[in-house]
Amino acid sequence: MGARVRDHDEVVVVSVFDRAPDDRVQVLDVDGQLVGDVPDLSDAELVDLYRHLRLARHFDERAVNLQRQGRMGTYPPLAGQEAAQVGSAFALADGDWIAPSYREHAAVHVHGLDLSDILLYWMGHGAGGWDTDANVLPAAVPIATQIPHTTGLALASKLREDEAVACAYFGDGATSEGDFHEGLNVAGVFDVPAVFVCNNNGWAISVPRERQTASSTLAGKAAAYGIDGVQVDGMDPLATYAVTRAAVAKARDPGDRPRPTLIEAVQYRFGAHTTADDPSVYRDEDEVAAWRQRDPIPRLERFLRETGRLDDEMVDDIEASVREQVTEAIDRAERTPRPGPEAMFADVYAAPSTELRAQRDHLNRLRDRHGDDAFLKE
Amino acid sequence: MSTETQNLTLVQAVRDALRTEMQRDEDVIVLGEDVGKNGGVFRATEGLYEEFGDDRVIDTPLAESGIVGASIGMAAYGLRPVPEIQFMGFIYPAFDQIVSHAARLRTRTRGRFTCPLVVRAPYGGGIRAPEHHSESKEAFFVHEPGLKVVIPSTPADTKGLLASAIRDPDPVVFLEPKLIYRAFREDVPAGDHTIPLGEAAVRREGSDVSVYTWGAMTRPTMEAAENLAAEGVECEVIDLRTLSPLDRETIVDSFEKTGRAVVVHEAPKTGGLGGEITAILQEEALLYQEAPIGRVTGFDTPVPLYALEDYYLPSPTRIEDGIREVVDFA
Repeated sequence: MGARVRDHDEVVVVSVFDRAPDDRVQVLDVDGQLVGDVPDLSDAELVDLYRHLRLARHFDERAVNLQRQGRMGTYPPLAGQEAAQVGSAFALADGDWIAPSYREHAAVHVHGLDLSDILLYWMGHGAGGWDTDANVLPAAVPIATQIPHTTGLALASKLREDEAVACAYFGDGATSEGDFHEGLNVAGVFDVPAVFVCNNNGWAISVPRERQTASSTLAGKAAAYGIDGVQVDGMDPLATYAVTRAAVAKARDPGDRPRPTLIEAVQYRFGAHTTADDPSVYRDEDEVAAWRQRDPIPRLERFLRETGRLDDEMVDDIEASVREQVTEAIDRAERTPRPGPEAMFADVYAAPSTELRAQRDHLNRLRDRHGDDAFLKE
Repeated sequence: MSTETQNLTLVQAVRDALRTEMQRDEDVIVLGEDVGKNGGVFRATEGLYEEFGDDRVIDTPLAESGIVGASIGMAAYGLRPVPEIQFMGFIYPAFDQIVSHAARLRTRTRGRFTCPLVVRAPYGGGIRAPEHHSESKEAFFVHEPGLKVVIPSTPADTKGLLASAIRDPDPVVFLEPKLIYRAFREDVPAGDHTIPLGEAAVRREGSDVSVYTWGAMTRPTMEAAENLAAEGVECEVIDLRTLSPLDRETIVDSFEKTGRAVVVHEAPKTGGLGGEITAILQEEALLYQEAPIGRVTGFDTPVPLYALEDYYLPSPTRIEDGIREVVDFA
């Protein structure tokens, strides 16, 4: 790979990438007042963006309750993080790829995953909840492992001379893993059309961001890989949209800039790491309360109302339709029959080995002999 | 040794072993993700941060290779690090450090440097956990020369084996059956308490068939054995406790008595420890063998998500069936 010749005087392809790593991009301030340029979204698209934030919040509340009621397994909540997910996913084209972590329910839904399929995964159905044509990889549960995959998706797109951009989502903790370094390094070397969205929510379970790295920003790490890094207010849906859109445009048509971008979306998880976590052990309620003041939903709502794009009636309609949509998704997931044990043996290989078929047949004989109740604890 | 006891769960016994060893030896250091202020996601290190401070109970960045790699350096320097990997399914970034370095530092330096660390990790299924949280991949580590591998099944054993692992001069992978972290309590000796590594425990004596198991599978195996006793089949249940090195003597002695054997483990069948135990019996006691040696194991599939894990994990019904097949062989 040859060195990239760059002339800063001449090229200002996307000025957002010329900012200092700690110069956080914002379009709406915490009160929903415009402090930047409104991105190129129609009024209807802006309202749809708002609706997706409400949908994500309501989905999340219901999912946490399902877990509490024993109707679902351990679940990682996203409340507080809707803007970064929805805003960034809005900037992707249909053919683009997403390699998500386990908390990106809103981003993958925007990109085409059905809510009921997302629920089925957390209800333990596994591949039973995988029914989509969208270019979304399964959620990566080990940390940062999806980052090199994203580099590979983007490299493949480049080698094939396709338009597709690959977008990774991961948390602040993931930046401490070797896979983060390797994925971004390879992306830089091969100048691949990738966007790396770091949803920095301040906490990796109990470990605060300051303890993950001595670097003052995560965006600044991009410099080590020769790629662009930018920090954005991750609770500002318009800013996350605008920055991701610029990064996606640059990935497709880089001009003199590197194609890959690391976006550090600064935000906060209002709730627990997962429903198995108790954040009161490691963080103060005052801190949570302070971040709740930056809640993305009222911010966007206020902006849309004050600019005449949204009124009470529309908000009521959105509220009702969001509730209906989530209820339908839950009903559909709960009506889905529990997968049979054959599902465990399916899709291990393209063609099952003799041994695997023998194990499946043996289990089926045991089920005939003893009945399924002999196996199921519940 | 103290005669006082405390009534502890298995996870409390982990904590008691760590605390006792940290009080005994100031070189013992606990490190890992969320082990400090949070006390560990399973609360295995609860209270240690408050008692010993953040120099000895270290919350690390989210970096398994970094945690174990740094532990190797600390161990070579003379400390006794006890790194925690939050779930066994997340151990793989550290795999290179464990097998390429921890396991062979002694060999490569002819004993000049050693690696007395203990990598702790909860393992196994059955708690309705998310994907990658239920793995049972002990065979990877048993396969690696230079490592010791320990899996306890009771609170008292947990304390005694973990204390021995910490005092051991070589690296130990200590896998904790999280399914039974809080399943039952047992009297555990207070204060100093060790159980030698490399010694299996006979959990139940019997003359008809030897059943070898460990960790979380010990309880369903015992349940199956009791059910079969009602039918007149007497199982001898051997809890291996240390998987590397294996207690060949206890394994073979039991088989010479019964002539029949079944191995129960939740790891996949192919390449699992069941094959190794079968080979030991073939090598050392072929002429005692009266039936094919049975294996009741997890299947050769990825661990399924929780809607199917009850089928995946050997249940008392499956274990009983497997034992009966071996006992009925004429």
